[in-house]
Amino acid sequence: MKTTVTVNGVPQTRDVEPRTLLIHFLRDALGLTGTHIGCDTSNCGACTVLWNRKAVKSCTILAAQADGGEITTIEGLAPDPAHLHPVQQAFWDEHGLQCGFCTPGMIMVSLDLLKRNPSPTDDEIRHGLDGNLCRCTGYQHIVNAIRTAAQRMRVPAVAAGGD
Amino acid sequence: MIPAAFEYVRAHNLSEAVSLLAHHGDNAKLLAGGHSLLPMMKMRLAQPATLIDIGCVAELRGIRDDIGSIMIGALTTHDELTANAAVLSQAPLLAETASRVGDIQVRNVGTIGGSLAHADPAADYPAAVLALEATVHLRSAGGERAVAARDFFVDLMTTAARPDEILTHLRVPRRPPGQGWCYMKLPHPASGYAMVGLAALVTIEGGKCADARLAITGAGPKAVRLTKVEAALEGKALDDATIASAAQQAADGIDATDELYASATYKNHIAKVYAKRALAKAVERAR
Ligand SMILES: Cc1cc2nc3c(=O)[nH]c(=O)nc-3n(C[C@H](O)[C@H](O)[C@H](O)COP(=O)(O)OP(=O)(O)OC[C@H]3O[C@@H](n4cnc5c(N)ncnc54)[C@H](O)[C@@H]3O)c2cc1C
Ligand code: FES
Ligand code: FES
Repeated sequence: MKTTVTVNGVPQTRDVEPRTLLIHFLRDALGLTGTHIGCDTSNCGACTVLWNRKAVKSCTILAAQADGGEITTIEGLAPDPAHLHPVQQAFWDEHGLQCGFCTPGMIMVSLDLLKRNPSPTDDEIRHGLDGNLCRCTGYQHIVNAIRTAAQRMRVPAVAAGGD
Repeated sequence: MIPAAFEYVRAHNLSEAVSLLAHHGDNAKLLAGGHSLLPMMKMRLAQPATLIDIGCVAELRGIRDDIGSIMIGALTTHDELTANAAVLSQAPLLAETASRVGDIQVRNVGTIGGSLAHADPAADYPAAVLALEATVHLRSAGGERAVAARDFFVDLMTTAARPDEILTHLRVPRRPPGQGWCYMKLPHPASGYAMVGLAALVTIEGGKCADARLAITGAGPKAVRLTKVEAALEGKALDDATIASAAQQAADGIDATDELYASATYKNHIAKVYAKRALAKAVERAR
């Protein structure tokens, strides 16, 4: 079936089976492999993208459901590698990743978290990461990165990186 | 994991959804958020021939503060329930329950209508909806009917809704003065679903308990009211000793099931502990 989704601002139309999951639409049909498949059972959050500006697990949504909607993936955050989004930059600066597999999902869920709550406490950050698993960092550096990103994004001049 | 092939149709309004469901019959399933159905389809535990996507049906959306009750559309997401002003002031038990469902990503997509229709024994809402004495409204080609929450949950994954019926909304009575609330849950450490979820509402008048309603989810095949605990509270001053002794009855009639992760004995114990804690919190909020 013909499915049109606006991905990172660009309308993308592909002919896919109704059973195509959004994650496969993004990775296989569009070649956007920044969004990862970790568990495939809705638990790890590696596949998190924004659907109409809200964080969702793209392994648990049909591409057909998103037809007519807007998706933002990790590829859509930075205009170019020299100008990372403040959340990406903070993950870099605070060593918020080791293998990096969980990172796209961690960053996408952070965007939703920081939109709701621009000044989260560490507890609130941890609660916000409930749906995301990391097998490497032990989470502390991810929490540090999100705290740092929040501080920088509250200062408009530093947050000029995007979204 | 990829679901078995199916036909996908999108309903654009309620009457179209109703007639699509009537037309496709037993081989079709409604798709709301898909956060219970799609995981089952990916594991091939469900293989519907047709999915009728109701996600764009505007009539199933929205929350309205009516006289006497709050109307909550079936497509209201868990996240919307946590932040809606009418729900927070008139049905705070429901907002608290919604905030304990899954994680941010799940709450952004999953709907209360989907959760109630699915009737997972470990879902959070059933306890709250029973305690609130809400009514569930169903629509089919044959017309509309309202079912009281206590008649809606029939058994494990089984409700009073017929396969040709769409859950359109639920009605929750407005909070009376002096009513305190609490939803407290012991989540499964991996899945986050309720191993035991306890909903408590207490109304205090003149220092005494005028009305107590407790319900439990997760422990047995379906959520139930804790009528023995309720009876032990009514008319009493709700001091710590009264609460503690009433909570001792919280395992009565819950039909706790043995699971790999928790024995019935353990769940019975947790039911008593959580009944006590949830009651204490509800009483504190009633004051
Ligand atoms: C990772 C994860 C964690 C979760 N954790 C929890 C948790 O802690 N607690 C909890 O309670 N739930 C939890 N859930 C389940 C979640 O709350 C689901 O969103 C909810 O149970 C189903 O809502 P849905 O809109 O996604 O329904 P769907 O999956 O679309 O539908 C579920 C069933 O209901 C039927 N249906 C849907 N809408 C209607 C309607 N309006 N009328 C009639 N039938 C309808 C469908 O045909 C289907 O059979 C979790 C889910 C995931 C993926
Ligand atoms: S791949 Fe989607 S939650 Fe793990
Ligand atoms: S950095 Fe390896 S899983 Fe998180």
